[in-house]
Amino acid sequence: MATTIEAPARPTRPARRRRSRQVWRNTAVGWSFLLPNFIGFAVLTLAPVLVLFYLAFTDWNVFGVAKWTGLANFQRLIHDQSFWTALENTLYYTALHIPLTMGAALGLALLLNRKLRGVAFFRTVAFFPYITSIVAAAQVWNMLFSPQYGPVDAVLRVVGISHPPGWTVSTTWSMPAVILVGTWREMGYYMLIFLAGLQTIPAQLYEAARVDGANAWQRFRAVTVPSLRPTTFFVTVMLTIGSFKVFDLILLLTNGGPGQSTLVLSQYIYQTGFQENHFGYASAISVVLFVLCFVVTIVQFLVNKRRSV
Amino acid sequence: MDTMLQSAPADALLTPIARRRPGKRANPVVRVLIYVLLIAAAAGVLLPFYWMVVSSLKTDNDVFTVPIKWLPHSVIWHNYLDIWRKSQMTTWLKNTLILSFVVTALQLFTGSFAAYGFAKVRFPGRDLLFIVYVGTIAVPWQSYMIPQFILMSHLHLSNSLWSIIALQAFGALGVFLMKQYYESIPEELSEAARIDGMSEYGIYRRIMLPLSAPALASLALLTFVNTWNDYLGPLIYLRSPNLRTIQLGLSTFISQYNAEYALIMTGSVLSVLPIAVIFLLGQRYFVEGIATTGLKG
Repeated sequence: MATTIEAPARPTRPARRRRSRQVWRNTAVGWSFLLPNFIGFAVLTLAPVLVLFYLAFTDWNVFGVAKWTGLANFQRLIHDQSFWTALENTLYYTALHIPLTMGAALGLALLLNRKLRGVAFFRTVAFFPYITSIVAAAQVWNMLFSPQYGPVDAVLRVVGISHPPGWTVSTTWSMPAVILVGTWREMGYYMLIFLAGLQTIPAQLYEAARVDGANAWQRFRAVTVPSLRPTTFFVTVMLTIGSFKVFDLILLLTNGGPGQSTLVLSQYIYQTGFQENHFGYASAISVVLFVLCFVVTIVQFLVNKRRSV
Repeated sequence: MDTMLQSAPADALLTPIARRRPGKRANPVVRVLIYVLLIAAAAGVLLPFYWMVVSSLKTDNDVFTVPIKWLPHSVIWHNYLDIWRKSQMTTWLKNTLILSFVVTALQLFTGSFAAYGFAKVRFPGRDLLFIVYVGTIAVPWQSYMIPQFILMSHLHLSNSLWSIIALQAFGALGVFLMKQYYESIPEELSEAARIDGMSEYGIYRRIMLPLSAPALASLALLTFVNTWNDYLGPLIYLRSPNLRTIQLGLSTFISQYNAEYALIMTGSVLSVLPIAVIFLLGQRYFVEGIATTGLKG
């Protein structure tokens, strides 16, 4: 039973009928391949996303039924101080985590993209935090950051800082601590992506720049940066979404505290939804997170498109 | 997304760089400087792991001392025996292993099967559907975890291992990764098989699956590690103590015995160790998998 994909060239009538039967059969075969995955995908991802936009306009706790309340949830959101704190903290995390991680990842990738003994070892080391369990990682960092006896502050004291920050127990330093751990954990992942991008740049480009007398910095500006643009774009999008949805790291490292100093959107959704059982209101906060990620991704796409034209 | 379509083979990462870039060697001063930078960075990255292992071999009182003991006074191995007695480590490991294997098997099957449909069978609506798949990778799970939880409760899946299986086994990432790989396999191969009368299912099983072994290995490792390390899924869905996974178990153990620092570090080491071994053995597949998603994302 040969399933030819190319249609016959001359559209005679029986041929056309045969062709439409062909399309039908391909559709059936195609869907039969998709179905095992698609059923799970539709039920567990697509349907919840659609239901989310309904729930956000209802008042619902676990018991009873969802009651349509229109925009009430969103009106409440505007006057909810905790929500604004969570949004502010999320943006704070994002604003620092993206440049730090990107800088560290690109720096490491540039260092490792050369003829050196031991490159494989350093690459493994940099990537290792990314695959370790977040529970163990957060626990170790919590102990390292411990203000009185922790190694981090001990080292800082040796360096000459007599009053090192209290990190996870200080309202000012808890967020920087979370950002540091986030960067430590993720830079190796993005380093790998940058490395892959760097290795697609043809060596001739660098040779040509050298012949023209460009120094290392000029070569970086004129060859590396423009050639890496697709990679940088991908990394920016992934890092932005990753930062907006930061959750387990914060849950385990500071649990949003001290006070609300590290409360972020995801955690606020979790609190209102799973701990206070306000499913409707939590869905409204979820919509904000969803829209935030969506809009920023679209904007980044548009900017990238205009630049690459 | 086509601006991101690059055609570098992912394993370019693993071929020696010397062959690809015949430029002159950096001068010795620069080389030393680079090494100093790299060693400092590596020390910083590894410090938490070093501290974890060393603390797990100390007594509780020796974990936090002034000045810090970077080497244990005397090595205390019995933490590694005590942990099994004081926690339900066996149950946690058993649950985690069941989940990791089942999820990986399902993800491999549904992911590669669907990817074949996307890559090799042409039918109307296919490309649009694929965009929907890729689009959901950009939607944070945190934003739809609530309706998903409600749905799972209605299906009577919450508070059972099935919930985690359902949660992880149908990811779009697997479809994406496999599709990229299938598209790199020349169309002539499947065309020849079609002329020989092989059905699409036969082509998938006899030609595509064997040829895509490296991609399947990448997907298997990434899925296994993800499931092993998942904390949020179990946190939300698994309420009974006998269903806890290693991550959930460890976090409850930490809050229960919050002053037994050494034992907590022992548990942490045990939760990281299997993944570290898997990672070191299968490193090239991890690297290839990530390079593929990154380059062709």
